[in-house]
Amino acid sequence: MIIAVASGKGGTGKTTVSASLATVWGRPVMAVDLDVEEPNLHLFLRPELTGAKKAYLQVPRVEEAKCTFCGACADLCQFKAISVFDQVVLTFPDMCHGCGGCLAICPAGAVQPDQRELGLIQWGRAGDIGFLNGTLRIGEAMSPPLMRQVKARLQEMLAAEPRDVILDAPPGVSCPAVHAVLDSDVILLVTEPTPFGVYDFQLAWEAFTPLGKPMAAVINRAGLGTDAIYRFCGEQGLPILAEIPYDRAIAAAYAQGRIIAKVSAPLRTLFLNLARRLQSWPDLDQAREAACA
Amino acid sequence: MREIVIISGKGGTGKTSVTGALAHLAGSTIICDLDVDAPDLHLLLRPTIRQRQAFYAGHEAVIDPEVCDGCGTCAALCQFGAIRCEGHDYRVVPWRCEGCKVCVAFCPAAAIRFPERHCGHWFVSDTRFGTLVHAQLFPGAENSGKLVMLLKQQARELAAAQGAEIILADGPPGLGCPVISSLSGAHLAVVVTEPTPSGRHDLARVVELCRHFQTPTAVILNKFDLHSGEAEQLAADCRDQGLPLLARLPHDPVITEAMVQGLVVTELPGTKFGGLLREAWEQIVALAAGAALSGSAGPAEKRPHPTVPRKEPFAEISSLESRNQEADVMLRRK
Repeated sequence: MIIAVASGKGGTGKTTVSASLATVWGRPVMAVDLDVEEPNLHLFLRPELTGAKKAYLQVPRVEEAKCTFCGACADLCQFKAISVFDQVVLTFPDMCHGCGGCLAICPAGAVQPDQRELGLIQWGRAGDIGFLNGTLRIGEAMSPPLMRQVKARLQEMLAAEPRDVILDAPPGVSCPAVHAVLDSDVILLVTEPTPFGVYDFQLAWEAFTPLGKPMAAVINRAGLGTDAIYRFCGEQGLPILAEIPYDRAIAAAYAQGRIIAKVSAPLRTLFLNLARRLQSWPDLDQAREAACA
Repeated sequence: MREIVIISGKGGTGKTSVTGALAHLAGSTIICDLDVDAPDLHLLLRPTIRQRQAFYAGHEAVIDPEVCDGCGTCAALCQFGAIRCEGHDYRVVPWRCEGCKVCVAFCPAAAIRFPERHCGHWFVSDTRFGTLVHAQLFPGAENSGKLVMLLKQQARELAAAQGAEIILADGPPGLGCPVISSLSGAHLAVVVTEPTPSGRHDLARVVELCRHFQTPTAVILNKFDLHSGEAEQLAADCRDQGLPLLARLPHDPVITEAMVQGLVVTELPGTKFGGLLREAWEQIVALAAGAALSGSAGPAEKRPHPTVPRKEPFAEISSLESRNQEADVMLRRK
């Protein structure tokens, strides 16, 4: 099973939950950091890296000797990554989404594939936990192409050795966040009961609902803020699978780079229960019904 | 007119709470929420919306099943896995479609429409601290970089019209397209960070991004008392990099109390935040004006990234601006 750990608001505890869940999972598991803009999971799992590769996106390069300056490529390009003037063609590789349209449409065969570096993909192990992440090159604007390649690498690794997967998603509710959760079986939304947390949680719920995947919530810093998040989950029939109490000691342990599930016996139990509930997934349907009732 | 953008790399470090408080202390600025994906500043500023506009960005492919003859050319060409085949029916998965038009151009049956994509709304509002320019993308939509550019353009026009000297913007988290757009034209980026491994790691990356785009940068350390070792390390990092450390703010649930009341923390009596942030704001204004640094904030002779020649941030920017002008024209027509 693939579990995507997501949130609308940043800093609600996605990485904390992902690292702790992977630690207590008890079955073969991969921890994958898809927050390629700011990957942090490795700071807590501290994996031993066994492999790495650079990721590239195919972008156009024009051979002016062959170019007839017909302008078909520029007419097609929706991203202004290629411009044709009288006797000059300019490409803007940073703008290119890698759709391949200009290569396919050029009648003179003048557009050739070149590449732009997207970032780095790394993998390894943290004890029994398989590890994989992507790190966006600084200055690169687009994270979904790198995320697609991290997910492709994940499929290769799973084909070699089947495991459950815990995906640490980026914050927000736009394209990168949606890309991260697309291939998951379950979306686990981590939030906090503050007004910002509740507002962004609602946005995330709205963004992910059309995907038709089962969703559940983890409330972090429970005890802070208001009860609005509980009301919202109740109204929408979203099961709350765990509540992590608001406790300065937890925040301090996180600041020390510790995995929260290892901080105390009650916290370990909390994450063990969360893992169990996720692993016995059909039970979630009942939880959903119970929350609706 | 000077533009200040508050960013963080890592989410949840306190960007929005700090921005709201600075807006309170500053008075007469144009305030901007550039986190168009998951905006929160309006929860503190409780704006009265004065103007509401639709935001369109790009197009999306839609296959007409009546015309489609099921040849599969589109699915073979799509680089984004956005075209799915169920039996003989091909359809576009909207959240995978990047609007590249390749399927439209190559469909032998001309069965694919390419309508504009309505991605969200943007607003100009009144708040108790001044005019707020903000937006809300539809959840799951893309192209937030373009919306960020549009908001900045609106803020500049409003600032010019109102004679405001400062635009104060709450930026998005991360390092990608929306952050890069929010840095374009900024005179100062203020990074709000926290003394945690993630905070420090992400600060280093976002500072490198600012350097890449030649944006002067300063730092506010939030929740400094969470971990003294990390906090000292962060302060040392800032010194080494010539980054002014503008304030050390305590970890205090009063931030949440203010949020629950729909207030910024400096509106609550008896907190330390007012004094600390007032001092920070004075330095921010000076830095944004290009003044030399003073006091303990950092070595006075060392301006952030002084030697590298300024280059246009991101090849995309000029093109984005022209596209936003197109969007403006389009919006006005509607």
